[in-house]
Amino acid sequence: MKKFLLATVASAAMVTAAHADDVKIGVFLGFTGPIESLVAEMGPGAELAIAEISASGKFMNGSTVTAVRADTTCVDAGAATAAAERLITSDKVSGIVGGDCSGVTTATLTNVALPNGMVMISPSATSPALSTIEDNGLFFRTAPSDARQGVVMTNIIMEKGIKSVALTYTNNDYGKGLADAFAAAYEAAGGEVTINASHEDGKADYSSEVGALAAAGGDVLVVAGYLDQGGKGIIQASLDTGAFDTFVLPDGMVGGSLPEAIGSDLNGSFGQAPGVDAAAFIAHVDGKFNAESPFAAESYDAAALILLAMQAAGSKSPSDYKGKVFDVANAPGEKIQVGELAKGMEILASGGEIDYVGASNVELIGAGESKGNYRQIEIKDGKVSTVKYR
Amino acid sequence: MEDLLNAFLLMSNFVFVPAIAYGSQLALGAVGVTLVYGVLRFSNFAHGDTMAFGTMVVILFTWWLQSMGINIGPLPTALLALPFGIIVTAVFLLSSDKLIYRFYREQKAAPVIYLIASVGIMFVLNGVVRFIIGPNDQNFNDGERFIVKARAMKQYLGTAEGVSIKVSQGLTVITAIIVVLALFWFLNKTRTGKSMRAFSDNEDLALLSGISPDKVVAVTWILVAILATVAGTLYGLDKSFKPFTYFQLLLPIFASAIVGGLGNPLGAIAGGFVIAFSEIMITYPYKKFVAYIVPGDWKPEGLVQLLATDYKFAVSFIILVLVLLFRPTGIFAGKSV
Repeated sequence: MKKFLLATVASAAMVTAAHADDVKIGVFLGFTGPIESLVAEMGPGAELAIAEISASGKFMNGSTVTAVRADTTCVDAGAATAAAERLITSDKVSGIVGGDCSGVTTATLTNVALPNGMVMISPSATSPALSTIEDNGLFFRTAPSDARQGVVMTNIIMEKGIKSVALTYTNNDYGKGLADAFAAAYEAAGGEVTINASHEDGKADYSSEVGALAAAGGDVLVVAGYLDQGGKGIIQASLDTGAFDTFVLPDGMVGGSLPEAIGSDLNGSFGQAPGVDAAAFIAHVDGKFNAESPFAAESYDAAALILLAMQAAGSKSPSDYKGKVFDVANAPGEKIQVGELAKGMEILASGGEIDYVGASNVELIGAGESKGNYRQIEIKDGKVSTVKYR
Repeated sequence: MEDLLNAFLLMSNFVFVPAIAYGSQLALGAVGVTLVYGVLRFSNFAHGDTMAFGTMVVILFTWWLQSMGINIGPLPTALLALPFGIIVTAVFLLSSDKLIYRFYREQKAAPVIYLIASVGIMFVLNGVVRFIIGPNDQNFNDGERFIVKARAMKQYLGTAEGVSIKVSQGLTVITAIIVVLALFWFLNKTRTGKSMRAFSDNEDLALLSGISPDKVVAVTWILVAILATVAGTLYGLDKSFKPFTYFQLLLPIFASAIVGGLGNPLGAIAGGFVIAFSEIMITYPYKKFVAYIVPGDWKPEGLVQLLATDYKFAVSFIILVLVLLFRPTGIFAGKSV
């Protein structure tokens, strides 16, 4: 009798499961490791979107959504792979928000997500290599590729009518990647890069580097370095010798300490750094976590995108909804701002189309990565001031 | 004629002026290293961080002087703070000698033991400096920045090129000359200086003739404190103060001292300039320079650069290797390493 009752209850539960379900989403970020301080805000970001959708009651016939955390450690590919295995085989998640750092993301994508056919949307992996990786349409990111900044920087320089630049970069993966991306984009746009030379950080003297840059010439100097390292030394030595007056500053060079250290000579230099007008998201989060922390908004959007795509496909199976991610993220459709997730669910349920904008102004391009949002800056009166967002 | 003038100004601005200033900074550091090697007979790896320590003290006193409203017009306030920095650094070096090096001296330890001990002191100093002033850049140069500005000079002369000379560069060269002259006078003319040289040449003989080793060692450390603090402060005024770059300075400083001949102060100075000039001249692209001196449209297409600036460090090391291969005692016969 007891067994019969149990079986009835169990089968009853299974019948209702077809209508209202509990969908599990993996939040797969580096809760320990080098970026744990960022993840402390990214995790709650993703979970906030999940909680909102779950509470709305409009997700897939009133299904609830639960977040399951797993740790990428950011650096240990072995630990990350094991954690992702656990999410899929033991927790039975239907989608993964993550990974975070480019290395572990690549490892888990190829070793776990691809064989298991699991969708991953990373909020923070920015390596250009992930743009061309074999992913069967399963991998997306709400963060832009580092290569994207080169294009944005080209647009800004071209808009100012500057056709010839000298380029120096800090000799590491970041500097080299950015410099190459920029040089390719700038030359494609018809500009001339007179010299593309590296500099080492922490050097005693930069006169020879500046001598080389000055000899090559160019209207402005693009410094793809760090503002507290060689980048600053290069700018100082350039100003001292009168080699260059105006500098283009990518993200590693944007910060208040640079104009403070260099002084008024830096006025008129310009550049860009990733950034979005976060006022709406900050108001929406309302102090539950630090909404301005890097990649917190992207995490929120990554979780939202997975669930919106599920709603659009009417299925929690990754193979069904992976094709819908682009549809919900981009036009056409009604724009869904941050905090309007319930409205988005409703529109999708009634067969309408949406264009998710969200917290980080999501627009997917290429193989499924964010177009990116950049804050164009200019140094005015010894301060970094925002010109506009692009 | 105009073109020749331009070519000369171009070279002065990007090669001669920076190389002379950088060379003087290296020379001052190398003299300190060479002095320790000559008298105390070991390679002092803590020298770069001693410079950082001295500069840090100077910066702290500079801030204090600035808060009192004391300054010396167009010259940086740090010059006033220098004596304080030297005193504190000397006290530090003397106590480190008393606590650490003296023990090994009594043991008659091999030079390599001293060297490792100095590496230990280097790490301790590394930490102390970061603990007190932090790992970040500190800009403490006040007063005028330029003696001549390139743009002003272009307008004045009506040429296409100009030369900038910074106050800090001028100060560096003048101070380097004064300090080096004073050092030579001290070593060659005073009784203490002569006893130091005697101690350096033959320790046993010097001890037999009644020279007090404690006094020689103490005077050496005080001289090192003066040289390190002055070199560090001048370098900080010219570039900026960041503990990590002082640690990095150790390499070119040692290269200078060895190229010149370890233990020979004159060699250390020459070595500093050899390293600075070769680093800058070998990696400088002569495109514009050639364009000025050749007639008409023979302007070169490429950069006319011997080596990319990426290989700047390699230049000092190649010179170092060549000198050690063909003249192991350095250009000015110092001690063989």
